[in-house]
Amino acid sequence: MENTILKAVDFDAFFGDNQVVKKVNIDIPKNNVIAVMGPSGCGKTTFLRGINRMHELIEGATTKGKMLLNGENVYDLHPIFVRHKIGMVFQRPNPFPNLSIYDNVIAGYKLNGMKIAKPDRDVIVEQSLQKAALWNEVKDSLHKKGTFLSGGQQQRLCIARAIAMEPEILLLDEPTSALDPISTSSVEVLLHELKKNYTIIIVTHNMQQAGRVSDKTAFFYMGELIEFDKTKNMFTNPKDERTQNYITGRFS
Amino acid sequence: MEVWKNIKIKRSFRQIRMEKIFRSSLVLIALSILVMVFAFMLTLIIQSLPSIKALGFGFLYGKTWDPVANIYGTYPFLLGTLLTSFLALLISIPFSFSIAIFLGEYYPRGWFSEFLKNAIELIAAVPSVIYGFWGLFVLVPIVRSIELKMGITPYGIGIFTSSLILAIMIIPYAASLGREMIRMVPAELKEAAYSLGATRWEVIRMVIIPYSKSGLFAGVLLSLGRALGETMAVTMVIGNTSIIPKSIFDPGNTMASVIANEFTEAASTLYLSSLIELGLILFLVTVVINIIGKKVISRFTQ
Repeated sequence: MENTILKAVDFDAFFGDNQVVKKVNIDIPKNNVIAVMGPSGCGKTTFLRGINRMHELIEGATTKGKMLLNGENVYDLHPIFVRHKIGMVFQRPNPFPNLSIYDNVIAGYKLNGMKIAKPDRDVIVEQSLQKAALWNEVKDSLHKKGTFLSGGQQQRLCIARAIAMEPEILLLDEPTSALDPISTSSVEVLLHELKKNYTIIIVTHNMQQAGRVSDKTAFFYMGELIEFDKTKNMFTNPKDERTQNYITGRFS
Repeated sequence: MEVWKNIKIKRSFRQIRMEKIFRSSLVLIALSILVMVFAFMLTLIIQSLPSIKALGFGFLYGKTWDPVANIYGTYPFLLGTLLTSFLALLISIPFSFSIAIFLGEYYPRGWFSEFLKNAIELIAAVPSVIYGFWGLFVLVPIVRSIELKMGITPYGIGIFTSSLILAIMIIPYAASLGREMIRMVPAELKEAAYSLGATRWEVIRMVIIPYSKSGLFAGVLLSLGRALGETMAVTMVIGNTSIIPKSIFDPGNTMASVIANEFTEAASTLYLSSLIELGLILFLVTVVINIIGKKVISRFTQ
């Protein structure tokens, strides 16, 4: 397929001897929102962390198979370059508590020791915050600590921090599970805007959310990718019995 | 349900009285510790009154300590204490911080880390007289040969040698506390940095150290408190001269070592009293440093 940006080939992930992701093959199309869902412990978060090589940071965690970003296996690259190209947002908002909002947005550049001129920095900060739909709320308090913001604002700050690095793919690991409903919807609305520029893969255990935000949905069960289809088709006409059971709430 | 018919719940007043006695004896013991600390300080203050009255502040900046001529200036010892302690800190900090980062972030588990951790704790448990002994027989000859090569008087003993011994002795304090503090840095912050493409070193420099710096600082303070008060090991290798040291390779004296060396021969009231005043100053300084250190830790761990 012409517009495939990410392709997993026989991708396995392990914690020690325990295999949590089994032979996953998937083609992720560009500029789409992909929801990854499934019951707890189905390997969806591990799969996500396998994409930007965060999985291997845990002791004893290993992977097998290929994860091709634009045809290039990320496991042949240095993890640092992989993580520049594939940004990540976590379950709980985690802005750096010792940095201001401004410094949080450009934290990626600071961490990587890249020196940028002040005017360029200002542009990066403003545009990233605008893309994360946070600019209007924080433009007068850019030099306050990021931890003073509400949960939803903090999460959007983390999104701004991730997209400031101009990644190609944005991974979101249950980004709204620690947020209230209003903050949740602010993040969901944002995803629609973001997919113009980025490919988004979002792990969620909330089916309504998958239905609201995603173009395609991947259903994981017991470490396997059971079904991957347009979200609309998946919810109205699931092909696999296990998908149907999950969607109708027969197990969770 | 049959069981309860045969059992009567009996509580005698004696049992209740016992509870009261037990509680008040606990309170009494706790209070006696408090009383002891205050009595301790009070004794120090009362005993040093003669020298405070006779010498005033001159006691602190007087450059000559000559008990025979009844001149008591403690400036050489203050200088000796500060020099040895801060030099020891300077030498030990690179080691203790490296160990803290190594054990806290790089290799928190595994047999080697366990071994290293226990070895560090053992350093704190060794009696200080053994350090003094080791210093006298191992360090002093080494320092002496260095001094010979440098072309200065080869005392072997002196401020520098004491600092080396002290540096080894205080490593565990900053290292153990630093390790605890580094392990407390939330995993989600480290992951945030990794996900932005930071290397391990960048995560340590930009996230872990800024986040745990007050804890590392508290560890340094506790080390300092230990270095200021250490007596035995220092006394054995510092040379015990009451002259102002001209370089760090000269012999000298610290407040603690003067007290340990001279209190047996302090015949006159003023002599004994000025030694006790030295003790009082040392006591106050270490107490203040420890209180600040504990404050920093408790604020950090909240």
